[in-house]
Amino acid sequence: MEKVLLKGNEIIGEAAIRSGCKVFFGYPITPSTEVIEYLSKHFPKVGGTVVQAEDEIGAINMCYGAACTGTRVMTASSSPGVSLKQEGISFSAAVGLPMVIVNVNRCGPGLGGLGPAQSDYFQSTRGGGHGDYRTIVLAPSKAQELYDYTQLAFDLADKYRNPVILHTDGFLGQTMEPVVLKERPKAPVTDREWVVDGAKGRKKRVLASYSLTNEIGEANNLRWEAKYKDIQDKEQMWEEFHTEDAEYLLVSYGTTGRICKSTVLNARKKGIKLGLIRPITLWPFPANAFIPYKDKVKGVVTVELNTGQMIEDVKLAVECKMPVHLYRRQGGMLPTEHEILDYLETTFKVTAEEV
Amino acid sequence: MEKVFGRSKGLTDVPFSFCPGCTHGTIMRLIAEVLEELDIIEDTIGVSPVGCAGFSQDFFSCDFVGAAHGRAQAVGVGIKRSLPDRMVFTYQGDGDIAAIGTQHAIHTAARGEKITSIMVNNAIFGMTGGQMAPTTLEGMKTSTSPYGRDISVNGYPIDLPRLIANLDGAVYVASVSVDSPKNIQQAKKAIKKAFMVQKAGLGFSFVSVLSTCPTNWGISPVESLKWLRENMMPVYQMGELKATEEVKSL
Repeated sequence: MEKVLLKGNEIIGEAAIRSGCKVFFGYPITPSTEVIEYLSKHFPKVGGTVVQAEDEIGAINMCYGAACTGTRVMTASSSPGVSLKQEGISFSAAVGLPMVIVNVNRCGPGLGGLGPAQSDYFQSTRGGGHGDYRTIVLAPSKAQELYDYTQLAFDLADKYRNPVILHTDGFLGQTMEPVVLKERPKAPVTDREWVVDGAKGRKKRVLASYSLTNEIGEANNLRWEAKYKDIQDKEQMWEEFHTEDAEYLLVSYGTTGRICKSTVLNARKKGIKLGLIRPITLWPFPANAFIPYKDKVKGVVTVELNTGQMIEDVKLAVECKMPVHLYRRQGGMLPTEHEILDYLETTFKVTAEEV
Repeated sequence: MEKVFGRSKGLTDVPFSFCPGCTHGTIMRLIAEVLEELDIIEDTIGVSPVGCAGFSQDFFSCDFVGAAHGRAQAVGVGIKRSLPDRMVFTYQGDGDIAAIGTQHAIHTAARGEKITSIMVNNAIFGMTGGQMAPTTLEGMKTSTSPYGRDISVNGYPIDLPRLIANLDGAVYVASVSVDSPKNIQQAKKAIKKAFMVQKAGLGFSFVSVLSTCPTNWGISPVESLKWLRENMMPVYQMGELKATEEVKSL
């Protein structure tokens, strides 16, 4: 297995190529641009197609068209660009189209800045566009996961006929790290009897989302609801770090999830029984991860790069049985492992002497 | 007995649902005949927009994809880039392609995407009940220009084919009308040429078809045809606006 040193965004491009992605539609925006640059350079060599679209709206609708043909397709952008894609994502969810959408989060709102942020958590996990739909959201926290979860994203998209968002940030996108380009088993075979590729020897197919009557509309909503329930039942993913005997829990994902691991190790050195739950799927939110702990731990701190978005899901997951606090940095700033621990110690009045 | 006239194989048996006197049905039939004559029904994927033209997905017998308002060409590009050996066409109203979808109209042409776009121009938003479109004529009354389109407020109508013909990637651009039997024949020729251009892989082909909307114009079907001839045809440049040497030699 090949081990290489690549920038985070380049890893996503390489993983897409090795996932059987055939077409990529994008539009440059910092800090995601290396995805389209990497693919522009390397994709044509292996028969892939890259189109630099007129705008993000064009790019996502090209993805929509490609996905209708059953072709593996990806687009990548950053927060303001992903806002522009929301109409297309809503339409893709309504038709049931597999596609991978990379959001290398930058801080906002508005044009914001280029630093790492998690301020698009609500947008990613609540559908993002109009109408009641969900997208599967994966949150890598290091190079190898950028590779692995990009590939997983394609498989999940096909499995559920649903858009999948790879939710990363400018820090992960711009950092160079070694990654193992693992050989992957062949993609699982999924149903193709819906694909629009020319009505040769079969009845015509139409992929569209307009519901002519309210009755049809409700039937569609119920069908999608059942799919989302199924995904919630089967696809919750998370990582636990020193949780077995934890008295306090940090909850954090992506870049801050990674920083929190250092916080946990520092706390343990001081004798504080701290653990970490790192959500890997942001939607479905891994509520199941909290079941063993919600009657046990004394308090929770979510660590986020926003004004507190995931904290709502955490409070629901622990049924508000314990205090849940937020430690956050914003505007492109990252917390140090020490300031997170200081916050925990102050908030819950835990000291090394006490324990 | 020999059957000399029937429903085109390019159409399903779903009856047209358009208002009396609307020429959408005529235009769809022409496209269906072209698909049949070129023997490409099974190779073709159509893209429908939002608006009255959106019903096209039910009427054609080829595969179809329904796009968001204005996005049909971007969707068509995604299909064509994935399956380059298939035929892809978009069927869009003037509101769809010349207002909310203008960025795709320009860039699909500029990139020379090997798809065909048909624009049905009736100078009004039909489905939503007769609002001003980018193609609404000066002085024309609509529900959002109740005193007539005032150029000082709303600017000028867009002649999209004229704009598209300036782009190098567009190799065939025509503006036709279906107001008379003669013009219907001309329109069919242009549509056929547009599909042949795509089949030969020459570049982007675009046909604008002037159409009527008696319901929202508030006049009878017969008067509508006369109104189109007297008011729209002088404003919109008609005929073959562009055919490259390669296209001419097809």
